[in-house]
Amino acid sequence: MSNEAELRGYLRSDGRKGIRNVVVVAYLVECAHHVGREIIANFRGGDVHLIGFPGCFPNEYAQKMMERLCTHPNVGAVLLLSLGCESFNKFSLSRIVAESGRPVQTLTIQNNGGTLSTIEDGTHWVSEQLDALAGAETVPMRLDELMIGTVCGGSDGTSGLTGNPAVGRAFDRLVDAGATCIFEETGELIGCEEIMAARALTPELGDELRAAVDKAARYYATLGYGSFAPGNADGGLSTIEEKSMGAYAKSGSSKISGIIKPGDIPPAGGLFLMDVVPDGEVRFGFPNISDNAEIVEMIASGCHMTLFVTGRGSVSGSAISPVVKVCANPDTYRKLAGDMDVDAGRILEDRATLEDVGSEIVDLIKDVARGKLTKSEHLGHREFILTYKSFEPIGPACLPSAA
Amino acid sequence: MPTADAVSPGMPPDRYDERLLLLADSDNVLVAKRPIGDGEEIVVAGRLVRIGKSVLLGHKVARRAIAPGEKIMKYGVPIGSATSRIDAGEHVHVHNMQSDYTKTHVIEASDEEKAK
Repeated sequence: MSNEAELRGYLRSDGRKGIRNVVVVAYLVECAHHVGREIIANFRGGDVHLIGFPGCFPNEYAQKMMERLCTHPNVGAVLLLSLGCESFNKFSLSRIVAESGRPVQTLTIQNNGGTLSTIEDGTHWVSEQLDALAGAETVPMRLDELMIGTVCGGSDGTSGLTGNPAVGRAFDRLVDAGATCIFEETGELIGCEEIMAARALTPELGDELRAAVDKAARYYATLGYGSFAPGNADGGLSTIEEKSMGAYAKSGSSKISGIIKPGDIPPAGGLFLMDVVPDGEVRFGFPNISDNAEIVEMIASGCHMTLFVTGRGSVSGSAISPVVKVCANPDTYRKLAGDMDVDAGRILEDRATLEDVGSEIVDLIKDVARGKLTKSEHLGHREFILTYKSFEPIGPACLPSAA
Repeated sequence: MPTADAVSPGMPPDRYDERLLLLADSDNVLVAKRPIGDGEEIVVAGRLVRIGKSVLLGHKVARRAIAPGEKIMKYGVPIGSATSRIDAGEHVHVHNMQSDYTKTHVIEASDEEKAK
């Protein structure tokens, strides 16, 4: 850990530090999406990312997510795009962004002369922000100020043998160094509840971990499908329990410090489970309609980057925070090397150990924090998805360290 | 269906092929760490077994005979139950095992269609 001091970040008013300085363009209803797309098309290759919420009906979760995303440490300025008649509370969002010290501008298409003049005004505003951000100062940043999330997608029978346990090794080292690590998708922990509960900081937290998985199992049972795609089966995974055991390995072996829900910011370093399954009755469909929904939720909780383990070969990146692609399957790596950051599948061919790949991931995290572009960043992948959900606040047993 | 030859003389009863991986002592499946082609012979439970259809990277084969309803053990934990009798060396997948939680969604298509 000799090079910790070499990290540098953009200091924000809440004390958090960013590893990127992105201008976010956020549409607040699908009707404003096209204008947003046209604005960012003028900045290809630049740090201008499009995010948004498509719905016209209000949703507390989506409002909170957008607030957290627009004040994420990797974000330097925010352009809000409204049609004018949607339910999203743009006034509240704009105030929160302004209070965080970031430049913010709202353009309402109905009051701004329509599509063309809004694209023109938005493009002009974003250009000014990019010029201003180009001279932004950075400050020293420690490893324990980093927050890293992990997700697996396009999983196959190799994910749980190479990529996921290698990320687990990296997580163990990051947690030891005081960093914050988040793993998630309780629907992909079905079958692991007891071994996971045994790692909880307190018995009460253990009960909460079991309850979170139980909620996921009920939720998915109501929908009739597990968190399992046909490609998972082609790749050799037969059941959700089998996929879960592989996915669980991403969490490493550290004690589990707490449970958070999307947009909750962990109170201190350590390993946290994010419960992404909505509370209450099934109302809005699947908890995570694609991997990017989970990535966005971890970013909303403050993740600076995401470790994405894939066996079949996902090519996704993300808006706001870089995605590091860890490829579990050596054949997939050979086919999609241009999309993959880490070749974890070489473990199966006896060309590396889990420990080697774990160390490589930790080193790569530091490099990405210093500004090195990941493959998906370089290729311009800026996926983003946000839909309707509903959550109750977490209970007191979920964060024993905060008590 | 795999065809089991007689136990090869001198082969330990728990010997398995180097292309297969045992993840935990209590497991009744082995994982392919390299693809195994149609009709190839593999060593499982101290016997040479000729496999019917190819076993792809990351797929499972039975480490010993498994009875219908028996738990399939991988990583030392149950990952579902057998829906029919599974012979040692046989491919273990959605056709002969199922989840004890929620059903697995698969799309029916030929290998040729899937390769596109």
